[in-house]
Amino acid sequence: MKKMLSAPYIVFMIVFMIVPMGMVAYFAVTTADGSFTFDNLAAVSQYTNIFIRSVWLAAIATVVCLIIAYPLALVLARINVSYQSTVLMIVMLPMWMNFLLRTYAWMTILGNNGLINNFLGMFGIGPFRFLNTQGAVVLGMVYDYLPFMILPLYNVIVKIDKSVIDAAHDLGCGNFKTIVKVVMPLSMPGVMSGITMVFVPAISTFIISRMLGGGGNLLIGDLIEMQFLGNSYNPNLGAAMSLVLMVIVLLIMVILNQFDSDEDSVLM
Amino acid sequence: MKKLSKLYLVLVMLFLYAPIFVLIVFSFNTTKSHSVLSGFTLDWYVRLFNNRFIMNSVLNTIIVAVAASVLSTILGTAAAIGINNMKKLPRALVMNVTNMPIMNPEIVTGVSLMLLFVFFMARMKLEMGFVTLIIAHITFDVPYVILNVMPRFRQMNPNLYEAAQDLGCGPVSAFFKAVLPEIMPGIISGFLMAFTFSLDDFVVSYFTSGTTQTLPITIYSMTRRKVSPEINALSTIIFLVVVTVLVINNIIERRNMRKRGGAK
Repeated sequence: MKKMLSAPYIVFMIVFMIVPMGMVAYFAVTTADGSFTFDNLAAVSQYTNIFIRSVWLAAIATVVCLIIAYPLALVLARINVSYQSTVLMIVMLPMWMNFLLRTYAWMTILGNNGLINNFLGMFGIGPFRFLNTQGAVVLGMVYDYLPFMILPLYNVIVKIDKSVIDAAHDLGCGNFKTIVKVVMPLSMPGVMSGITMVFVPAISTFIISRMLGGGGNLLIGDLIEMQFLGNSYNPNLGAAMSLVLMVIVLLIMVILNQFDSDEDSVLM
Repeated sequence: MKKLSKLYLVLVMLFLYAPIFVLIVFSFNTTKSHSVLSGFTLDWYVRLFNNRFIMNSVLNTIIVAVAASVLSTILGTAAAIGINNMKKLPRALVMNVTNMPIMNPEIVTGVSLMLLFVFFMARMKLEMGFVTLIIAHITFDVPYVILNVMPRFRQMNPNLYEAAQDLGCGPVSAFFKAVLPEIMPGIISGFLMAFTFSLDDFVVSYFTSGTTQTLPITIYSMTRRKVSPEINALSTIIFLVVVTVLVINNIIERRNMRKRGGAK
């Protein structure tokens, strides 16, 4: 009887989650008039360079996030407990600003008449082209998604048993060696979820690339958006692209999960 | 070592906050320039509040967020009760579907719903708007309600419901008197999460809104046109709202923690 309470939810999810996914798959393998074809999926291969660029830029942004966030998580976990939650709140606060506004902020800073170029101009240097470059896109991704890396890392590191760290010190490990040999392996689950939480939105964004990358640094997201709402209206091709994007994301998650369970078994 | 870590913390904070403060500072600038300060004005705020287009989209955002989060909370809480009483296999199956909207790239969720809506609405001569927006928001809101409520059942004494019935409650009043108070914190945090995600959502709304404008969509179209300090004024207000809410939340949390500490 109680099980029936979840029936409306199950029906809702079938109609608005499973069926739409099925429609993506269906559109990907049909033409506009509904006959079966592999042309859409084949056409996606014309955009291989954009797919490679998306994976590449998202990967760089993820690695940079990890490099910035890991030491920060270590620092946060060691702060005096009485004001730890306050410091954490201050670090996470920018995440609550809409990401469009945060990206827009960089647009005004990096522009040709922006703050940085204006500042350099006072010394007679520049103007440099910061905006509409791949570097700007990576910067935008790092800025927008850094909190998604900090939070899971912090959550894992703060829960590591202090006595394990003391034991490492007693057995002759220095601070650095303790971090590498004890804290890092124990924080692997946090690293993995941080990587997925940054990589997935980064590889599928179309806002950051459009606002900071100009027209010349299109990503998968831009391609998909253009097929549905842009000039080159073609939902069938767009569906095929979405399908490929989902496969890429799924593959990466499977690979990361592999790592995760390996680490667990090592610890056991 | 201590100094080094403090310096690092300050540097990252600077990176996170500098762009936001640049936005705020230039919201008071007399010219449209984003690099030269020429004088103080509140003009952009006046214009913002007189911009009926923006104010209208604020109203739309709130309507959609309230409707979607309330409906998700009801749907999700009922679902969590049902899932909790399922056998292992169907339960795992349903939980996998629940995780789908969270794991799926947002753009794919948006595009797939757009395909569904366009396909059926074209047949019924309807257009995308409030209804499609609310439905789309529920699909990504519900999982968060379920994931917040489910752990509450695990922490609850499983005999509580039977005990209430033994003591003379009917099935319905046993639920409302014994079970609901236990899972309430999960329901509230699920609702708040759903509400904030709805307020903040751009990608899914972008594909499912038709001509209805929510605030993030309006912000997006503003950044596509000429850069206007009205956005800066808007950013400043949003920033202040966020700071206020988080500070209040932090104070309440601290008070609760102290209470719990005192009880022990």
